[in-house]
Order: sequence, then structure tokens, then C-alpha cells
Amino acid sequence: MLSIKNLHAEIQGNSILNGLDLSVKAGEVHAIMGPNGSGKSTLANVLAGHQDYQVTHGEIKFNGRDLLTLSVSERACEGVFVAFQYPLEIAGVSNVQFLKMALNSQRKYHQLEELDAIDFLQRVKSKVQEVGMEEQLLYRSINEGFSGGEKKRNEILQMLVLEPQLAILDETDSGLDIDALKLVAQGVNAFRRDADSGQKRAIILITHYQRLLNYIHPDFVHVLFDGRIVQSGGPELALELEEKGYASLLPKAQSSA
Amino acid sequence: MTASRQNLDRFVGSEYPHGFVTDLETDSLPPGLNESVIRQISARKKEPAFMLAWRLKAYQHWLTLKVPTWSKLHYPAIDYEQIVFYSAPKTNADGPKSLDEIAPEILQTYEKLGIPLHERAQLAGVAVDAVFDSVSVATTFKKKLAEVGVIFCSFSEAVKEHPELVQKYLGTVVPYTDNYYAALNAAVFSDGSFCYVPKGVRCPMELSTYFRINSLNTGQFERTLIVAEEGSYVSYLEGCTAPIRDEHQLHAAVVELIALDDAEIKYATVQNWYPGDKNGQGGIYNFVTKRGLCRGRNAKISWTQVETGSAITWKYPSVILQGDNSRGEFYSVALTNNYQQADTGTKMIHIGKNTSSTIISKGISAGHGSNAYRGLVKVGPQAINARNYSQCDSLLLGENCSAHTFPYIEVKHPTAKVEHEATTSKISDEQLFYCMQRGISQEDTVSMIINGFCKAVFRKLPMEFAVEAQALMEVSLEGCVG
Repeated sequence: MLSIKNLHAEIQGNSILNGLDLSVKAGEVHAIMGPNGSGKSTLANVLAGHQDYQVTHGEIKFNGRDLLTLSVSERACEGVFVAFQYPLEIAGVSNVQFLKMALNSQRKYHQLEELDAIDFLQRVKSKVQEVGMEEQLLYRSINEGFSGGEKKRNEILQMLVLEPQLAILDETDSGLDIDALKLVAQGVNAFRRDADSGQKRAIILITHYQRLLNYIHPDFVHVLFDGRIVQSGGPELALELEEKGYASLLPKAQSSA
Repeated sequence: MTASRQNLDRFVGSEYPHGFVTDLETDSLPPGLNESVIRQISARKKEPAFMLAWRLKAYQHWLTLKVPTWSKLHYPAIDYEQIVFYSAPKTNADGPKSLDEIAPEILQTYEKLGIPLHERAQLAGVAVDAVFDSVSVATTFKKKLAEVGVIFCSFSEAVKEHPELVQKYLGTVVPYTDNYYAALNAAVFSDGSFCYVPKGVRCPMELSTYFRINSLNTGQFERTLIVAEEGSYVSYLEGCTAPIRDEHQLHAAVVELIALDDAEIKYATVQNWYPGDKNGQGGIYNFVTKRGLCRGRNAKISWTQVETGSAITWKYPSVILQGDNSRGEFYSVALTNNYQQADTGTKMIHIGKNTSSTIISKGISAGHGSNAYRGLVKVGPQAINARNYSQCDSLLLGENCSAHTFPYIEVKHPTAKVEHEATTSKISDEQLFYCMQRGISQEDTVSMIINGFCKAVFRKLPMEFAVEAQALMEVSLEGCVG
């Protein structure tokens, strides 16, 4: 589904990604871990097409298409979704209105009929329950006055409603207490196991901590350092990291790089 | 700086879609202003003597006035010797009696503007008094209105058919001495609309007027007078578009509203005059005096405006709350793009007891636009328990625009409660990115945020205008960023 080869990217002239390779197949969950400044969030932003990041080298193929030639909204419509670390607030636009606009924009892109208010609400309300969100938050302005946990859950709600093929969760666990973390994980697992299309979906979890992986079990774990993936393995790698810290891995990684 | 910014700049630069000129012979006076021009205007309109006398007094007063300079507007001095003060479509000397008699070019112009007069009027149940240049060319639904005793006609017709009403109310809210542009309007106004709703009558339909400026260098001086007698109700809509012109065109309208005991007047405007091109060339100069007088107890006057057009907007729809328990409302969205300038707001003058007023102003600036809210809340010494709530929000799109708020508050009674809230916000690149990451296009993102910002005002518009207003915002702003 996703194939990243030798990706180099920079922001304001500072190179952040230095030859990143990653391959994600449908149905897989990949966790990307790494210390601060290793390029984890940059990867999410580059995949989404954020205008501040310039790709200087390498390629990203998504379902065979060159992702880098697509605009931000085209990528979204093709099925790339990023749950942001710091979701933005937008005054005056209600959550439900935003979701409807987003869903119908994507449906239009795929030449599907737009959902009317009734069908749409039905769909949203069932998803709201899955993430344990209060329904009234739907009618508030986007993320305005939401708590940290509510914002993160709102991102997951958007994911559940939009049903992307590839969901990139950028430190969705940061700033969450254990109850909120469980709810978020529950939402992600529902997305993953959705009987209708679970096999066609993939998830990239960007996280600092192993904690999240207790609730969302990854198929692969990658360690990102200095803009490259320096080690890959199964779930046991995350446990090893948790125990020994990044430092234990890095000298080996650096010498092998 | 970024791809998204460049897109937005291109988007902001969308051209005015209503720019075309109808080829019509016009019967115009030579340019310039003097007493003889005023006498000719009055004579051509076959006005009674009191009108001519009033115009001449206004002209004499205007000569003593200086152009006001207190606003935050910058524009070259207007040469009044270059302005044609009267032009009328020539085709029918006696005036058309039905749509069949109207010149096909005029009808086509309305078609292009999306105003299929007959259909639209019938379908929407709206009586349209269409003003083409200075003379009304069509009035519909008059009969239905006449059945309930509502008079709705062109100002010239009102002067001929109902001189006693005109004489009784003309200039009682905006006297010719009020200000420079009001004096000019009083001297030379060519036409406009007149509406009279008798006691206890609820006007059975929304009243609507479409203005359109067409003749080269013709200043438009409209005058509207609406009188709502005791216990009556009327809702009036006004919408405007104009063709592209290189020369700046002057528009100085006056609107007077009078509400007696328990009467209510709602006045809504969607204004979309040519704003000038990307470089600030052309565009309408709009100097308007709009004022309502709540003369009776429990009277209510509400102004709603959506201003997206004009190069220069100078406009302060106001309410004088003279009757006890009377209410004034002002809901405004003003948008400036490219080099547009707007200095707009309201005055709420509390005189009677227990009077209350609400001001909701939403200013949007994009491109090099400059948007100023200027408002006065005045509570007089007799105005016991006066209440005012004001909210002024500004939204900036891009780096080169500006927003200013000038609230004036004068309170002369200790029981008054006056609240003022103001915010300034910006559509940021990050907000755009966030929405676009969910699959929403840049254009739709901007209009979604703008509509969210304007919602409180759009809600006050009659349904058909709310839809038009949203479309207008999209056209006027196609894609701006912060």
C-alpha cells in the first residue's frame, strides 16, 4: 500500500529525514518509535503534504501512485489520514458540519453520492459511541474548548467516520490519562478490525512510549533516529526499548548506518 | 512563500462576475451641479413645488459644507463638475405599464444578474421594484399590496400620488442638514423607493428592490422612505450589483425608516457593487446615510447588512430609540478584499425609557483591504434602564489587510448597561492544512470558516438572501489565507 524509498525532507533548509525507507502493506500496523527530534512528526507531515516541508529526494508510492504529486486534499481523498498531535481549533464551524463537509468532499472525489443529513448523522452517532465521546461535542466548534483527551478522541472520531486506508497516528497517546488512552485504543482497534474493510486498512502509530502498544498491538516496530529507520522488528523490539532506552540501540545503529 | 499561499493569492484575485454594460440610449443632463440642474431634475420629474423648494434649500446648505474627513478612508477628491446628476432610460416617455413594455436590453441585464423579474418575483412571493439607473422601470405585486393598503412604489410616483405622506415624513429622520452626502442627496436625488404600511397591517410579503448602476459617470442618488404605522410590520430587502467601470462612481443614498407605536421594520441589504480591480482601479464610492427612528412605544427597527462591494464604503445604519421600550438592532458583515476600504458601523441613540439595542458586527479583511467598525452607543439623560450589547469581530486573511474598531460610548444615565466585546482572529495556514488533510478543498475550507464567522448575521437574513449572501461571500473571497 505504502512504499517510501530513500526519503529526504527538510524544513526551512534543515534536513530532518535522511534516507528513510518504509513499506506498509494493507492490514498491517506499524509502530514508529524514536527519541525527540528523530523525525517522527516530520514523516507524518510529509505524508500529509504539509507546505512547510520540502521533499528533496526519494519517492513515496501510495497504492502505486506517486503521492508527492498530489495536493493535501487529494491525498486525504485517496485515503491518507493523519491524526494530529496538536489538533487545531476552528471557531464558528461546528464539528458535525466539518465532518459532513469532509466526508462528502471525499465521497464527491470518488464520484459517490453525497450523504444527506439523516444518513450522515446516523453514521456519526454510532462512531461517537465507539470512542466514548459526548454527543454534544459534535455541535461545538471544532476542538474549541475541548480538553486534551477530547481533542484526541475527536481525531479518532474523524478517522472512524472518514474510513481512510492509511491512518497515521502522530503521538495520539501523548497527554492522555489511562482511561482516555484506553478509549482511544478502543477506537483504533475498532477501525482496525472493522469486518467490512479491516483487511484493506493500515495504521502507522507514531509514539514515544511502549504504553500505547499494550492496547494496540503492532505487527512491526521501527526505530527512527536522525531521519532514518535504524532498526526494525516485531513487538518485542518495543519492549526492549522500554527496558533499555534508545541509547542502548543507537551506537549499534550508528555504526551500522 | 508557499504553494498554498500562492494558490490563495490567485483565488483572492477572482474577477467580478457581474461586469457588463447595457447598451441603452440615456436621457442625461450635462455634468456638473448648479441650481439650474436641480430645477431641471425637479421639472423632468414633474414634482410639486414643495419638493423643488426643499431640494434648493438642501443645495444651498450643501454649498456651505465641507467634505467630512474623520473616517479612515483614503480616496482622491471627487470632482462634482464631472458628475452627471440625472439620467433616465429613454425608451418609454410615459413609463412602462407592464413587463412587455420594458426594453429588452434591460430585461436581459436582469437575466444576466440572475434576476428573472417575473419568475423570481412570483415564485418567491417578493414584490420587486427594480431600479435601473435612476428611474424605476418595473413594479410588480402592487395590486396584492394595495388590497391590504400597503403603498409600495418608486419615490417619484409617491411624490405624485401621495404628496401629503411624502411631505409629512421626508427628511424627518435624515434632514438635509445632517451631513455632506445627505445634503447632496436631498438636492439631486432622482428616485428610490417609498413604502407605507398602514395601521395594524402586517405586510403580506417581503419587499425587495434591486439597484443597478449603469450609465457612465452617473452618480446615483437614491432615496428610500419607509413608514410603518402603529402595530404594523414590514420586511424590506435591498440588493445591488453593478457593471465594471474604469471611473469611480459616486453613490450617495439616503434611507429613512419610521416606526410608530408597536411597529416593526426589518431592513436587509446585500450590497455587491463593483469593488474595483485587483490593483484598486475603478469601483464604486458608496457614501450612504441610513437611519431609522423608533418614534413610538415598543417600536422595533432592525438593520441587517452584508457588504461585499464598493471600493469605498461609508455607511452607518442607525436607530434613534425615541419611543419607550423601543428596540434597535444592527447585524453586519462587511468584507474588504484587494484595495477595498470600508468604514462602517452603526449608531444607537437611546432616548426613551427601557430602550435596548444589539450590535453584531463581523468584519472580514483580505488582500490589501481595510475594514473599520465605527459605532456609537449613546444613552441620553432620560433613557432610564437602557441596554446595549455590542460584539465586533474581525477576521483577517493574509498579511496585508487591516481591521480597526472604533467604539464610541456616551452614557448620561446611571442605570444604563452597556456591554462591548471585540475579537480579532485570522485564518491560519495551519487551519487550512488541517481541513484540507480531511479532504476538503482550499476553497471550501475558506468559505466554511467564513460562513461560520458570519453565521450570527446570516441567520438574520430572510432565507433567499441568506443563500445569496453565502454565494456572494464565496465569489468575493474565492480563497484567502492567513
